[in-house]
Amino acid sequence: MTQEHSGVYRFVVYPLTEPDARSMGYLADAHALGFTGVESIRVHDLYFIEGDLDRSALMRLGEELLSDPAVQTFTCHRLDEEAASPAGIKVVEVALRAGVTDPVAEQIVRAAQVMNIRGVKRASTGQRFLIKGDDLEEPQLHLLVKRLLANPVIQRYELGLVQPAFPSEVSGSAQVERLKIRGVDLPGLMALSAERRAALDEAEMLAIQGYCEREGRDLTDVEFEMIAQTWSEHCVHKTFKALVEIENYAELPEELQKAYPDGRVNNLMRTFLKSATDRIGAEWVRSAFVDNAGILDLDGFHEVSFKVETHNHPSAIEPFGGANTGVGGVIRDVLGVSARPVAATDVLCFGPQRWPFERLPEGVLHPRRIFSGVVAGVQDYGNKIGIPTVNGAILFDPGYVANPLVFCGCVGIAPRDSHPRNPLPGDRVVVIGGRTGRDGLRGATFSSMTMDAQTGEVSGASVQIGAPITEKGLIEVVVRARDAGLYHAITDCGAGGLSSAVGEMAADTGATVELDRVRLKYPGLAPWEIWLSEAQERMVLAIPPEKIEEFQRICDLFAVEMTDIGQFEPSGRLVVRYGGQVVLDLDNHFLHHGIPQRRLKARINMASNCAQKKDCCRGVYTEGVDCQAVLLDLLSHPNIASKAQVVHLYDHEVQGGTVIKPLIGVLHDAPADAAVLRPAESMGEVAIVLASGINPEYGKVDAYRMAASVIDEAIRNAVAVGADPARIALLDNFCWGDPKRPETLGSLLEAARACHDTALIFGAPFISGKDSLNNEYVGMDGMRHAIPPTLLISVLGLMEDFRLATTSDLKQAGDALYLVGAFNPRLGASHYRLVEQPDEVFDGEVPPLAEETPEVYHALHRAMKEGLVRACHDLSEGGLAVAAAEMCIGGRLGLDLEGGMGETVCALFGESNGCLLVEVKSGEEDRFEQTMHGLPFRRAGRVRADDWFCVRMDGRLLIELPVVSLVRAWQHPIQEGR
Amino acid sequence: MNPRALILHATGTNRDRDVARAIELAGGSPDIRHIHELLHRRVVWGEYQMLVVPGGFSYADALGAGRLLALDLEAYFADQVHAFVAAGKPVIGICNGFQALVRAGILPGIANVRATLTFNQSGHFECRWVTLRAVSSQCVWTQGLSDLIDCPVAHGEGRFLISPKEGWMELQQNDQIALVYTSREGEPAGGAYPENPNGSPGDVAGVCNPQGNVLGLMPHPENHIFYWQHPRWTRGFRGRLGLRLFENGVRYASQIN
Repeated sequence: MTQEHSGVYRFVVYPLTEPDARSMGYLADAHALGFTGVESIRVHDLYFIEGDLDRSALMRLGEELLSDPAVQTFTCHRLDEEAASPAGIKVVEVALRAGVTDPVAEQIVRAAQVMNIRGVKRASTGQRFLIKGDDLEEPQLHLLVKRLLANPVIQRYELGLVQPAFPSEVSGSAQVERLKIRGVDLPGLMALSAERRAALDEAEMLAIQGYCEREGRDLTDVEFEMIAQTWSEHCVHKTFKALVEIENYAELPEELQKAYPDGRVNNLMRTFLKSATDRIGAEWVRSAFVDNAGILDLDGFHEVSFKVETHNHPSAIEPFGGANTGVGGVIRDVLGVSARPVAATDVLCFGPQRWPFERLPEGVLHPRRIFSGVVAGVQDYGNKIGIPTVNGAILFDPGYVANPLVFCGCVGIAPRDSHPRNPLPGDRVVVIGGRTGRDGLRGATFSSMTMDAQTGEVSGASVQIGAPITEKGLIEVVVRARDAGLYHAITDCGAGGLSSAVGEMAADTGATVELDRVRLKYPGLAPWEIWLSEAQERMVLAIPPEKIEEFQRICDLFAVEMTDIGQFEPSGRLVVRYGGQVVLDLDNHFLHHGIPQRRLKARINMASNCAQKKDCCRGVYTEGVDCQAVLLDLLSHPNIASKAQVVHLYDHEVQGGTVIKPLIGVLHDAPADAAVLRPAESMGEVAIVLASGINPEYGKVDAYRMAASVIDEAIRNAVAVGADPARIALLDNFCWGDPKRPETLGSLLEAARACHDTALIFGAPFISGKDSLNNEYVGMDGMRHAIPPTLLISVLGLMEDFRLATTSDLKQAGDALYLVGAFNPRLGASHYRLVEQPDEVFDGEVPPLAEETPEVYHALHRAMKEGLVRACHDLSEGGLAVAAAEMCIGGRLGLDLEGGMGETVCALFGESNGCLLVEVKSGEEDRFEQTMHGLPFRRAGRVRADDWFCVRMDGRLLIELPVVSLVRAWQHPIQEGR
Repeated sequence: MNPRALILHATGTNRDRDVARAIELAGGSPDIRHIHELLHRRVVWGEYQMLVVPGGFSYADALGAGRLLALDLEAYFADQVHAFVAAGKPVIGICNGFQALVRAGILPGIANVRATLTFNQSGHFECRWVTLRAVSSQCVWTQGLSDLIDCPVAHGEGRFLISPKEGWMELQQNDQIALVYTSREGEPAGGAYPENPNGSPGDVAGVCNPQGNVLGLMPHPENHIFYWQHPRWTRGFRGRLGLRLFENGVRYASQIN
């Protein structure tokens, strides 16, 4: 062993009784992944501690800090001592790569000081796996490690003993590169863009060249990297602001031509999303599309904010870290509007869980691995930071195998008008939170590129593990500083890091930053790396000099690091110095407005436009269908089946404000349509409603109808729990493929147009949105793997009185069941098709949205206010039969469901927008019918006193099942898939 | 005067506000103080009548839930905490606070008996509603509680183990088992999941010290202080509030002064 490790000790901590639950979990996973020869896996914890330590100090560390003597024991060796390797057992050890955040290691060093053990210099952690089984030759072991035990993006492993990786102590680097840009030809410019993974196109590179010529100099690497980040798709939404020309305009039917005057769309975000909000002009919207989050008035005294972000690319290569920092990032968005975070949401899209390894594109993690990593990442961050995860969804589709989608949302509360937005010249530029490392470099441009098999390796540094406890400290500090009026502006460090945060804040003034003041995790970062690093858990504030001291006191109290790195100035320029040298000096106007508008071509695919089709589904597939079997198949489909196993992993109770929880019903195991919240600070009876809508199946067929349908679904979910239909705001998250392909951009246009039209129909304004494009993967086969066009609509709604909150579980035998809304079911892109004809390519119809839908929702809400409604559930995937079955599952009560004349399969399983099932109090049927007068509704049955679910259609008994068998089908484990 | 409750906030504590609300509703006067504040500013512990170590993830659960907070308690506040306990003032540790009190050796408080709260038998974190029965007649927090309590658990390390095994006898003889998990109807859970969510032997959900003034429990009664927090309130369910526990504690605290 070399001299440098001479003071390093290796602790192995293991359970007294084996196997423990963690080891059993690994074994089960190994078997599920096909490693059936593995007999046992035991997992032990590894700690490496460097220092001058005597025997008693080592014993104390082992007994009092690293192990739990009641259930664990430990061994301790010097690193250079030969450790005996057990016979007949394969050893695999895994440790973090140098530079990856290791919060436990940091705590070991701190704790040793608290314990008065001097001499501990540094620490690092890892795991040791002891594996027993047949046929475990080296290639097989490597495969097991790669598929289950380690992720090379953040970890190293050895078949045997692993060495600790402490961040290397290289000396500080002040290196600034000058990039030649003036006089370079176009191929040369594009080579520079590619070399630095800047994702800039020709027009953008030429604009940069023009700027250089005007300024009479070339750029530093710091300047070039900052421009690339500021102009990235992630930060500036080039596609949504582009000038789009429809190349097949002449071929479009007249109706569509009218929808796109001149065959062009100049800035689809403004044309379709912001304009809808402006036209609706709701006075209760406090901020839309301006701040880091959309903001509504809550109760006259408080404002409620909501933001939903995606973290798809990072989650694809490192699922835990990607999802973890996705949650952390969106929480900072809400903190960035000075709000206290009160709830989190997450919607996850994965590949099928039993996807065969042979069909897995190279360099892609298995969907099962991504699922468990992402769920663990969401759980870890949300639970630890103390924000309840209250709403979400999990969907599966082959299109998500290489590109999982991870949508993270966060809701916050702030006193009205308490969010300051204007830094003043003279204010200090203050960074708080975690230290800056090399982590997350070029994340914004990385997320704007198509991935390939090398992405994991090249962009490994783009992902890191979050530190929720550090972010918890930020919440404590920011809320107090807000209440004390200590800052003039605040924003989070997200993509682009400090460059983006300071750049945005100083966009209307200017600023000078001293980069060498930024606190680093380890030395050796070049100036551009410090400026661009996406290290997590940092916020930037503009604080007047006279308030610095008070702000510092608050930071000290919560052990939050604070650094004053510069000053806002009325210069109109952003200047960054490092070691006295100017390393960046850019004109604000060029930086924020110098990007040339993208010009893109779109093609609207008429073949998929449902409005042009005949209803091809009604009356088909009626004969010879075993409706009972279909219902049970649908209930156990992973998209519909119970997600309780995941929901229980998230803390949905912390903060004590969850009025309607994610799991409801008599046994707390049925899904809620939406979450209802009463945060501690809200005044009076008002409550917040959170709901979502998403439907990739529809997205594959018709983007316009898909978007209209998911908006309706999200609103319908909110209305089902009691939200006031007149107080609903929308958030959009578009996840699409590469918009440079005209067909892809065409479907994006159609979806955005539907957002506009549908928002107006409901009077529901958009208040925030985000897009994640380029969700494609070029496999080693050279083929492109794209996701289905996916739009997540999240609803932030209000309920005037929380006591209106209604759940979907059936409550009382003898109550009447009504079907409300324009019932117009379609089998086109339904889950019936997915379950019964999974391998057929089909070209069916996506359900339209009936005009009277908003009126139905308003009437239903009146019925709720009159106290007539005991349960309510929306019809979605699986149609009427599945919705009714879910109500039975929630209440563990039976039901007689009656269909109309001439209806069978399509009525039972077809999908329809704008419809809900309503349990009306027995005796109140007349009043309910009066309330719904003039609108589409019908009697659909009655709640039974026993537990039989009986469905009659067209006079025939089609389904007769005990509720317990519905429950059994519905509780089919989602990871077992279909 | 309302009894004053000192609520400890360590880095990563996250149910401090929840428990403050519960104590306030129960008639106490809560005061959340960060550990750094207690270290660096003069806070007189003697001016408080109750001590609360709330739930959360102190120090991110690094090296085992509650371990590093326990180190802080032992290294910096041992005298204050022991004075508090010895004075017979009510002390409660909830979830992460329970874990810290156990790791700091304050609970179960029997010589030569070591306890731990280790990983749930399920192997994972779990948030779900449970039913509790108060079974100790000498614990100041639970005595006289005849109603069941419904409230959520939210933990990954809640399995209460004792070594040596003889410690169980002592625990029972001392009437230190304060709360147990039961079925919804109040029958013993008998170790059955999910009524007993973590696999604790004897369905133990909470234990007190031999004097009965220090209670540690894994579930979160502070998250059931209003009827609308109950998962079946939309089905008309009322009662079984966790608030009762805090009312007991506050009442006791006001009596001893």
